[in-house]
Amino acid sequence: MKTLIRPAVSLFVLLSAVTGVVYPLAVTGVAQAVFPDAAAGSLIIKDGKPVGSELIGQNFTDPKHFWGRPSATSPQPNNGTASGGSNQGPLNPALVDAVKGRIEALKAADPDNKVPIPADLVTASGSGLDPHISPAAAAYQIERVARARGLKAEAVVAMVALNTEGRQLGIFGEPRVNVLKLNLALDALGA
Amino acid sequence: MTHHAWLLLGLYLLVLLLAAKPLGNYIANVMEGRGLVLRLGGPIESLLYRLSGVRRDEEMGWLKYAFAILLFNLLGALAVYALQRLQLWLPLNPQTMANVSPDSSFNTAISFATNTNWQGYSGESTMSYLTQMLGLAVQNFFSAATGIVVVIALIRGFARHTAKTIGNAWVDLTRITLYVLLPISLVAAVFMVSQGTIQNFDAYKDVTTLEVTKYDNPKAGPDGQPLKDEKGAVVTEPAETQTQTLPMGPVASQEAIKMLGTNGGGIFNANSAHPYENPTPLSNFVEMLLIFLIPAALCVTFGRMVGDPRQGWAVLIAMTLMFVVMAIAAMTFEQQGNPLLAKVGAGDTATQATTVMSVGNMEGKETRFGIAESGLFATITTLASCGAVNAMHDSFTPMGGFVPLWNMMLGEVVFGGVGTGLYGMLVFAVMAVFIAGLMIGRTPEYLGKKIEAYEMKMVSIAILVTPLLVLAGTAIAVMAADGIAGIANPGAHGFSEILYAFTSAANNNGSAFAGLSANTPFYNGMLAIAMWFGRFGVIVPVLALAGGLSAKKRIAASAGTMPTHGPLFVVLLIGTVVLVGALNYVPALALGPVVEHLMLYAAH
Repeated sequence: MKTLIRPAVSLFVLLSAVTGVVYPLAVTGVAQAVFPDAAAGSLIIKDGKPVGSELIGQNFTDPKHFWGRPSATSPQPNNGTASGGSNQGPLNPALVDAVKGRIEALKAADPDNKVPIPADLVTASGSGLDPHISPAAAAYQIERVARARGLKAEAVVAMVALNTEGRQLGIFGEPRVNVLKLNLALDALGA
Repeated sequence: MTHHAWLLLGLYLLVLLLAAKPLGNYIANVMEGRGLVLRLGGPIESLLYRLSGVRRDEEMGWLKYAFAILLFNLLGALAVYALQRLQLWLPLNPQTMANVSPDSSFNTAISFATNTNWQGYSGESTMSYLTQMLGLAVQNFFSAATGIVVVIALIRGFARHTAKTIGNAWVDLTRITLYVLLPISLVAAVFMVSQGTIQNFDAYKDVTTLEVTKYDNPKAGPDGQPLKDEKGAVVTEPAETQTQTLPMGPVASQEAIKMLGTNGGGIFNANSAHPYENPTPLSNFVEMLLIFLIPAALCVTFGRMVGDPRQGWAVLIAMTLMFVVMAIAAMTFEQQGNPLLAKVGAGDTATQATTVMSVGNMEGKETRFGIAESGLFATITTLASCGAVNAMHDSFTPMGGFVPLWNMMLGEVVFGGVGTGLYGMLVFAVMAVFIAGLMIGRTPEYLGKKIEAYEMKMVSIAILVTPLLVLAGTAIAVMAADGIAGIANPGAHGFSEILYAFTSAANNNGSAFAGLSANTPFYNGMLAIAMWFGRFGVIVPVLALAGGLSAKKRIAASAGTMPTHGPLFVVLLIGTVVLVGALNYVPALALGPVVEHLMLYAAH
């Protein structure tokens, strides 16, 4: 079996160089030439400073802003360096308590809203960084945001519509609203 | 199931089966040393062989082939271990990630060398860019190549007769890597970037968020560990921040081979649920395709190489039928949602027509994927030994979580891992003809090879190694204090977490009920053992089987030969796979997801 050692070691080193150095560098080269923004993280720049990424959700608790999916990252929600879900099982009392708490917070910010609460607005996302909510979850919040900003509900409805994406190519995924982009657009409106 | 879910499943099958045929024929050409690409790559190949002292026309017997594979994978494990232990002093570590602990490094090294890609660690806070690209991503290529060459060797065992050899391991590994894995990964990686997957070597980026986030920060004690009060609860202090740190790295290049090689180890902790790994529904569809692409194509390769394409299609049809049933189950159960949450006021049946996410089980799922894309992904990733996740399986409904668990318990043979799925399925095919032979009282034969005592011994070992590791491992863990300490969810779900971990490790899947705190010396050690023997405890008998078969004479089909390309054989094969899985695991499943399902609806 001694005859196997030289081919094993040298092939291992050579193929490692091809797949572990040449390949990622080639992808980086092509990616940064053709899709530079995407390769760098789809950052949103405002007044010359990065204020977020359109792919990464942020934490919103102000009634003037739309709120995103709850995030189970620690220690703070939407922690970019500690992605992950709650991993709570469906029967876990902690899950039921957490959802109850989120429902109470939504009701406290908008006591007159009697519309049923969409599930995605009170359950934690898988990544803890989900940038989207469902159109129903946005619709639930429109009255509250309009009131807090002193805007007409129609104006907010229009902004939500502008930031809603349908299914990709009409087939894939679910319709969704990008919360950070929507809130930035609303802030720009107010300023 | 919603209309959207049916459409998605149909479209997925269509694209997959259309792609399988040309790719399968291409792989057959590459492995038989034919075709334009081989002539183009010839000079590079020759250079690699010259530098490594490989004689390309040398043929190996099964034992030498097995030693070559073991040695190559052992080197892989050593390299990944070393890179993790030394990463602080190596380049491409802008976040100055510390060296990884010995037990975690050991677990991860075994995990990536065995194509399991179980992750006890959290990528974005543990691994340097160098460890990711030169350690983990390289193993993604090599462990995938290993799986494929083993099945090619087994196919040669059927195709050859009265031969002493099954191929040259070095040439096989090199060709699969250069001509199959690399080109497809390259195209897929660039496509992933077009969707938003990141690819750079920058340090992590700080952005200023719109709002200030207030949170409770755990206080660190003098030893650096979180401070606890006398009741054992973590002591926190109020904190606030307006900074969000975005992770960076060469993600797309690793993401592509992670899916294509059915590896599944995420660059980030959230794996394919992370928007920087899997940013859009279209990227998600491509990821799902990449998982089944090679396993499906290899069925075609098999038919081609044994000289009867119908044999390959029969296996592919059996796989597809089982897949469709499991996919429908997962999507249906998740769409039903969680009755306990509906009771406290989350989710509303009145708006079901307008949006599926208002009612489905959205805990642990991403909005852009919703229910259908998450359920389908979970089915695919666990039937194949991929183990990437785009939703947290731990938070699935009890029966929704039963599906991924059961999928792995079938032995990762329904499409399965690259190569491993097909060799696992061929082992079951031999078992199926053996059972049929017993029923009609004839000597069983498959593809013109008589199945005798030696073959059945190897088949039995290959089939029984994994259940043994799963059940013994789970039993030890639930009896050990260190094992119980890792449980995150109370009740039956806690048992499911441990059962899932050992099922995932021994079957080389790598997905998790991730609530389990598995980054402890106990689990790192136990699961590494399960992964290593779950992988090579099957590969060695399969290669022995290949060697035994290739030495046999081929016998001509007679009136008494059972055809292995018709519907009867497909049914027999499915029956064998399901029966073996059920016999092994039903008692364990009854203690976990089944109990939990009954409790959920009793509470309701």
